[in-house]
Amino acid sequence: MKELVILSGKGGTGKTSLVGSIAALAKDNVLVDGDVDAANLYLIARPDIKEKFSFIGSKEAVINQSECNNCGICLDYCRFNAISFKKSGDGSKAEQYLIDQIKCEGCGVCASFCPLGAIEMKDRVSGEWYVSDSRLGPMVHGYLGVGQGNSGKLVTVLREKARQVAREKGQDLIIVDGPPGIGCPAIASLNGADYVLIITEPTLSAFHDLDRLLSLTNHFKIRACICINKCDINAKVAGQIEEYASEKGAGVVGWINYDPAVSRAQADRTTLMEYISNDTTDQIRDLWNKVKHELSDNVSQKE
Amino acid sequence: MNDEHLIITVASGKGGTGKTTVATNLAATLAWMGQSVLYLDADVEEPNGHIFIKPEIEQEKVITRPVPEVDLEKCNFCGKCSEVCQFHAIVVIKDKVLVFPELCHSCGGCYHICPEKAIVEKPNQIGVVRVGAGNGVSFVEGRLGIGEIVVPPLIRAAKESVSESKTIIVDAPPGTSCPVIEALDGSDYVLLVTEPTPFGLHDLKLVMSLVKELGMPFGVIINRAGNGYREVNSFCRNEGAEVLLEILDDRAIASACSEGRLVVEDNIDYRRNLETLYKKITERVSLERTGNFKR
Repeated sequence: MKELVILSGKGGTGKTSLVGSIAALAKDNVLVDGDVDAANLYLIARPDIKEKFSFIGSKEAVINQSECNNCGICLDYCRFNAISFKKSGDGSKAEQYLIDQIKCEGCGVCASFCPLGAIEMKDRVSGEWYVSDSRLGPMVHGYLGVGQGNSGKLVTVLREKARQVAREKGQDLIIVDGPPGIGCPAIASLNGADYVLIITEPTLSAFHDLDRLLSLTNHFKIRACICINKCDINAKVAGQIEEYASEKGAGVVGWINYDPAVSRAQADRTTLMEYISNDTTDQIRDLWNKVKHELSDNVSQKE
Repeated sequence: MNDEHLIITVASGKGGTGKTTVATNLAATLAWMGQSVLYLDADVEEPNGHIFIKPEIEQEKVITRPVPEVDLEKCNFCGKCSEVCQFHAIVVIKDKVLVFPELCHSCGGCYHICPEKAIVEKPNQIGVVRVGAGNGVSFVEGRLGIGEIVVPPLIRAAKESVSESKTIIVDAPPGTSCPVIEALDGSDYVLLVTEPTPFGLHDLKLVMSLVKELGMPFGVIINRAGNGYREVNSFCRNEGAEVLLEILDDRAIASACSEGRLVVEDNIDYRRNLETLYKKITERVSLERTGNFKR
């Protein structure tokens, strides 16, 4: 069983659209949408949800106002500016200590140090996730409620479930649609992965972000290869990326032109691969053939 | 900050819609109007604003956060630190104490709870804040260290480095989770940049609900418009969300951005549109401040 994670560094380079097309080409794969902050893959995968789970990301502190004596020790200890002393707005008390649930980190320090035990740490349901069937393979996806943290934790949960599903169904490939960036959720999606496919574009911004992402994959010692999407926007920068990639030992395995049909396919709630047959879909096929080859190389290297 | 200052945050739900393009070009436009303006790059995981502002960096500050260090001479391995930690960042096993700085949220719980006072907090580097100026724009950028996962303290540190400028343009990260909350904190107005696609619409809904929950005035910019997909416009109409500007998809704009050039250097229409946008924003914020805005 191998896990292929698709990342970009910069957002908007076309990860999710390409993951859709790759999943349409791949056989025996489980799909994971690791971009839990803004989970879009389901829009084109159209999964049939079979199981639903609540995600408890952390705890949240809640003050029991009837037990609180307004000593203010909780505010002194809170490092996240989550506690304030003000009118609650419901007219019951003049002013009281209130916890802002968006800022509350769930660290529990206020609860530990409240002399009256008036603060309770409650499980915070911060999202939901699903196991589904789809025409692109079994799928594990979920979402975090807006403003919630611990996205990395949810990504880890999804990947673990995907491995379980792959084992049960005898699938030998997990494809993870990763999040943008290089922080917590990106790290959670590549930790322990077999291979990373980086989708970039020929712009200086994407190039800059690609460099940071490659530092991250090197940090975790995971092999990476690169696909230059929308490669015809700027041949010069595309060339710079190719040169850079060969210096870094991360091969460029795909060149895909900008194609307005991608948005049309998306509006049709499907992948480009299933929507049309054109030069772009040929390019995606080439990309997938090279990635398959890299994945099988990876196995023989490990052995 | 007095009432003269204006903080405009540029956010999106989806990555790649054009936040940095709008934020940097807006900052440059205001500077060329003779305004005192600062551009703050709060997308600390992948800060790109410098490519367009081209600042000369005057100062680079190392940003740290406190992480526990245990004095094993004083420690009696009672395990209270481990019990209080919600993030499994400090673990006591028999006569060993393991600290995982990357998991630590710097809440101070272990430090406060230790009965033997065996824990001190040591600074752990998470990234840097760079300060400078370019193209008439004051510049502040937060830049996360590779492999670091805790982001909000770095965004806070970047905001603390902001000098007195009349207008501050904050370039937020994509998404809707804690880094975005931190970037949005303190905004007078939020610009939501989206694209006319199903992914763009889906993520716009997420970020719009966040901004509404935070009670901030906002407006929408539809970038790369003109492909016939009108669902974003319908959605905004139904939500009473004002579409302030539609920027047509333009190969020349894409080309300029791909090379790190400010669009407003060559494109007068783009510049005029941003000037008008700014006027609309100041009018709206003025109404908010005087309590005259009817929701």
